[in-house]
Amino acid sequence: MAHVSMTVNGKVRKGEVEPRMLLVHFLREQLLLTGTHVGCDTSQCGACTVLVDGRSAKSCTIFAVQADGAAITTIEGLAKDGQLHPLQEGFWEEHGLQCGYCTPGMIMSAVNLLNETPKPTEQQIREGISGNFCRCTGYQHIVNAIQHAANKG
Amino acid sequence: MIPSAFEYARATSLDDALARMQAANGAGKLIAGGHSLVPLMKLRLSEPQLLIDISRIPELAGIRERDGKIVIGACTVHHDVASSALLHERCPIVSDAAATIGDPQVRNRGTIGGSVAHADPSADMPAVLVALDAEIHLKGPRGWRMVKAGDFFEDLFTVDMAADEIIVSIQFAPVRTAAYAKLHQRASHYAIVGVAVALDVANGKIASARVGLTGAASSARRLTAVEQALAGHAPSSSEAESAIQAAGQEMDDLNADIHASADYRRAMIPVFTRRALLAAAARA
Amino acid sequence: MAASPVLPKLVGERVKRREDPRLIQGRGTYVDDLKVAGMRHLAFKRSDVAHGRIRSIDTSAAEAMEGVEAVFTGAQIAELLAPMPIGTPFPSPPHRAVAADVVRYAGEPVAVVVASDRYTARDAADAIVVDIEPLPAVVDPELAMTGKPTVIHADFPNNLAVALVPSGTGVGADGSVDDTAIDKAFAAAEVVISQRMMNQRLVPNAMEPRGVLAHFEPGKGSMTIWSSTQNPHILRTMIAAMTGLGQDQVRAIAPEVGGGFGAKINIYGEEYVAAAVSKALGLPVKWIEDRSEAFVATTHGRDIIGYVDVAARRDGKVLGLKLRLIADVGAYNMLLTAAIPTLTMMMANGTYDIPAIRTTLTEVFTNKTPTDAYRGAGRPEATYFVERAMDMLARELKMDPAELRRRNFIGADQFPFQTQMGAVYDSGDYLKALDRALEVSNWSGLIAERDAARKDGRLVGLGLAMYVEVCGIGPSSSLPTGGWEHSQVTIERDGRISATTGASPHGQGNETTFAQMLGDQFGVPIEHITIHHGDTGIVKQGIGTFGSRSQAVGGTALHLAGGKVKAKMAKFAAALLEAHEEDIVFENGRIGVKGAPASARSFAEVAAYAYVPVPLPPGLDPGLSEEAFFEPANNTYPFGCHITMLEVDRETGEPRLLKLFAVDDAGHLINPLIVEGQIHGGLAQGIGQAMIEEAVYNDDGQLMTGSFMDYALPRATDFPRFELHATVTPTPVNPLGAKGVGEAGTLGSTPSIVNAAVDALAGFGVTHIDMMLRPEKLWRIIHGGQA
Repeated sequence: MAHVSMTVNGKVRKGEVEPRMLLVHFLREQLLLTGTHVGCDTSQCGACTVLVDGRSAKSCTIFAVQADGAAITTIEGLAKDGQLHPLQEGFWEEHGLQCGYCTPGMIMSAVNLLNETPKPTEQQIREGISGNFCRCTGYQHIVNAIQHAANKG
Repeated sequence: MIPSAFEYARATSLDDALARMQAANGAGKLIAGGHSLVPLMKLRLSEPQLLIDISRIPELAGIRERDGKIVIGACTVHHDVASSALLHERCPIVSDAAATIGDPQVRNRGTIGGSVAHADPSADMPAVLVALDAEIHLKGPRGWRMVKAGDFFEDLFTVDMAADEIIVSIQFAPVRTAAYAKLHQRASHYAIVGVAVALDVANGKIASARVGLTGAASSARRLTAVEQALAGHAPSSSEAESAIQAAGQEMDDLNADIHASADYRRAMIPVFTRRALLAAAARA
Repeated sequence: MAASPVLPKLVGERVKRREDPRLIQGRGTYVDDLKVAGMRHLAFKRSDVAHGRIRSIDTSAAEAMEGVEAVFTGAQIAELLAPMPIGTPFPSPPHRAVAADVVRYAGEPVAVVVASDRYTARDAADAIVVDIEPLPAVVDPELAMTGKPTVIHADFPNNLAVALVPSGTGVGADGSVDDTAIDKAFAAAEVVISQRMMNQRLVPNAMEPRGVLAHFEPGKGSMTIWSSTQNPHILRTMIAAMTGLGQDQVRAIAPEVGGGFGAKINIYGEEYVAAAVSKALGLPVKWIEDRSEAFVATTHGRDIIGYVDVAARRDGKVLGLKLRLIADVGAYNMLLTAAIPTLTMMMANGTYDIPAIRTTLTEVFTNKTPTDAYRGAGRPEATYFVERAMDMLARELKMDPAELRRRNFIGADQFPFQTQMGAVYDSGDYLKALDRALEVSNWSGLIAERDAARKDGRLVGLGLAMYVEVCGIGPSSSLPTGGWEHSQVTIERDGRISATTGASPHGQGNETTFAQMLGDQFGVPIEHITIHHGDTGIVKQGIGTFGSRSQAVGGTALHLAGGKVKAKMAKFAAALLEAHEEDIVFENGRIGVKGAPASARSFAEVAAYAYVPVPLPPGLDPGLSEEAFFEPANNTYPFGCHITMLEVDRETGEPRLLKLFAVDDAGHLINPLIVEGQIHGGLAQGIGQAMIEEAVYNDDGQLMTGSFMDYALPRATDFPRFELHATVTPTPVNPLGAKGVGEAGTLGSTPSIVNAAVDALAGFGVTHIDMMLRPEKLWRIIHGGQA
């Protein structure tokens, strides 16, 4: 077993893990942050996307031990003092979700996109979420949601 | 979904990493971004007993220019390669190709060294490095070694690298007139065929060309025949077009899978050679 | 007294979803987010071989591992579970949850491990050694139906799951067949189009893989089972029956469900096994599907061949249609497998009044994952066959595709319209939808744009497709579970409203749409209303969400229950206000007498009175809670027209969708924002079928597209913006005038894209292209290579 310590949503969190424990499982099962989801096992669907040291990453393709010492942001860490993040507001306003399963990862990828490109074009938005699958929405309302947030910010 | 059990250690320096690899005596595997290795481990296609994490070794990351060469640390993530101002200015083929790898999350973790060491036959970087005649700089217990990209990619997932060596950096003379063009496999976004063309253009003619191909065969390779046929001709000339149409046609070991037959790949090599060549020439 | 705020009208408005706040914060609870104290994890060992006899199975290494509670082989599971129930009337081979003797598809379970955590469970499953003697495998249904190279189920010679069922003109209720009319139609034809068409196999791939948590409590003798299912009531019924418990002893809960698309209707072996193992061990057990498992263990969609023949006059009037269907159902019948292709038969004529139609259906077993419902479930297939055939006919007659449709439509004055297959279309105006689509797409402008692009050497094509869909399932005669829906509406003591629905949404937004309905019905703020669903412990009756039925059937039950409560509440109000019941009005959170606004009492005050009724008005009992079942007399038939523009890269054959216009008519819409979302999602899957997705098996029965590395799921970069419009033709089947819309997007999009591709490549002499539109396939058409 290995001891890990990382900052998650601004708080120091520790755990004892097998080295093979995936970061997504550590977040979900030991830290009980179940907002990050598992959607595939080939590192493609993006449902597990979190921020690692400020950049989007697939937490299913990282071992918890690799994240020892890192700063992680999950979907639960976006709203501040009850105030939704502009992207969360955008997804709500624009019906950017249906079943909600891809949504946390999608929003975290959108955070990464807007951090790098605050006023993205439609094409940049679609490419920015090309690592996130959604089976419900056909993406159009997701694009609208991200545009909504970009216009706000 | 669940890998087999293993031990994990973090290397603090290059020499520390080498020492740990040696001590593991073949049971150790290096991990940087992990985006080639971890997917294999999750499917239990790879079951290393020890992972040595080299992702935080400062001397292994970064992009700089030194003595007329671009030096990219092996642990530089694709995102940083794709957004490098130095590369955009001096050698955009590399940043462009990095920008097509995977998706944004993969590019935030996957490293150029990891991709090169893994040598997926459909990966993008190997074609680009071959076309740039890049140098792969390795360090092992026996010291430093340099291998040219054209010699490095030997076969399917097989590279000229010993089990106890580490890729430290990738170095190449920057070429502005170079471009990469790729036919995407729609599911994986890997290359069905990917062609990198680097040109030395003088007086409107191709003085010399280097052409790197990926996706089509078991490993990335130089298309020396088309390189020779292009020399001395203008990019849009009928001679260049004849050379392009012959690109890759001599190959007898083309990949075939449910996404593309060997015949189709054969037909696509000239198409993407032309696209890459014209894009490269436009940068002159 | 402060004036009460005027509440906005809700029905028909783009109201933001009430589901969203929890989901956008990652606070939705899906099955894998649940823990029960003492919970163990299940992992299944699955066959790598598509067809084989199990010679031996050695579980000793797995059993010896630390953390392993138990290992069950197929033989051991057979002691706990009878063969799984099937919901269709056709004879079916027995299907065990875990195979004991013979495996019939790659991915079929052969053993199950119970362990302390999922990592140990996976290690232990991998340590089980199975020796399977391979038998020949068959993946081609047209070969399988000759009995070669193998017979998969001993009692089904020639692998015929369903042997040649006819439907249509000249087919009697007793099954007698009279070919006179159909033969005459084809004899009189001036042109006949004949084409074999493949509607290929797809993998549904909801973003949440399946999962179940079964918790049998030995002391109580009852079970709670959570599952990622579209129908917890059906789950409850089946689990109770299979574990020897009463319906009163099983509570089934669908927590948040991350998409279903039809693939989570079936009650699966893994759910039965989890329940049986939990009961046998007296422990809670959880199973969560890996994506790799989902590819082989969750039912597939489509996979049906259609031999289409159309007989017509040169003026475009279609005289007859023949559709011979061969459905590849995979290795077993699941809950509704056998029914899905019958819907293809039923909808064979599409939007057209064709005087003579003969459809026949053969269903064939092969060594593949079983098929079952997948968004559209038989109707996209029917639409594809008829719309491709009409397009081929138009091309043959050199007629504008829109004009050909016009000449054959069922007229707006012909409804209700009984088809040759016995379907009764409720309402429709196909001409209006077509004309609207031509208008909003600027059809003549598109033609000019296409022609200009062609002058530049670009391979651009236009495609048009009509569709009519059967949904709002349906009369109880059409579903083995019954086809009604149920709702209970309760006005609580504080004036807030709780309502239950048997619908079980997994993205459809009924917590919002149903609250909109009740908000308008009672004149109260939407925030005061809670819609309960998905839990048989709270929702006493229900069928579930599939077949685009939640609004048409579930919404109507809600409306009826609400009406009953409102009538009773009006009686209490009348008593309180000393007025006549007929003069009571509900608006803006108040209940008063028509024409006398000062008389109004707050909604909460009237509610409170109903619970402490002093005095109790004569003829009333206390409380305000009424339920309703709604049994629809018919299905509903939404319809529409989809138009697409597509370009094919001349050098690579890559198809690219340039434009998509959709006109959809689902009757009255409760929430246009949510409806748009449903249509977008359906379009995405319809486009997926045409040009992005295909499940491919090799001759050994191995699924070659077994992960997202090889099975492409559509990404945001695959689509242009969709342009949506609606016409509104209400249905007489329910008082809401609402049809259904969840699946409709898949129907018109797929054939319109293939029609566009054929249009783009018609210059190369091609008249039909089978899906999916692979770049290499299109490249061969362009460059004349061997297919």
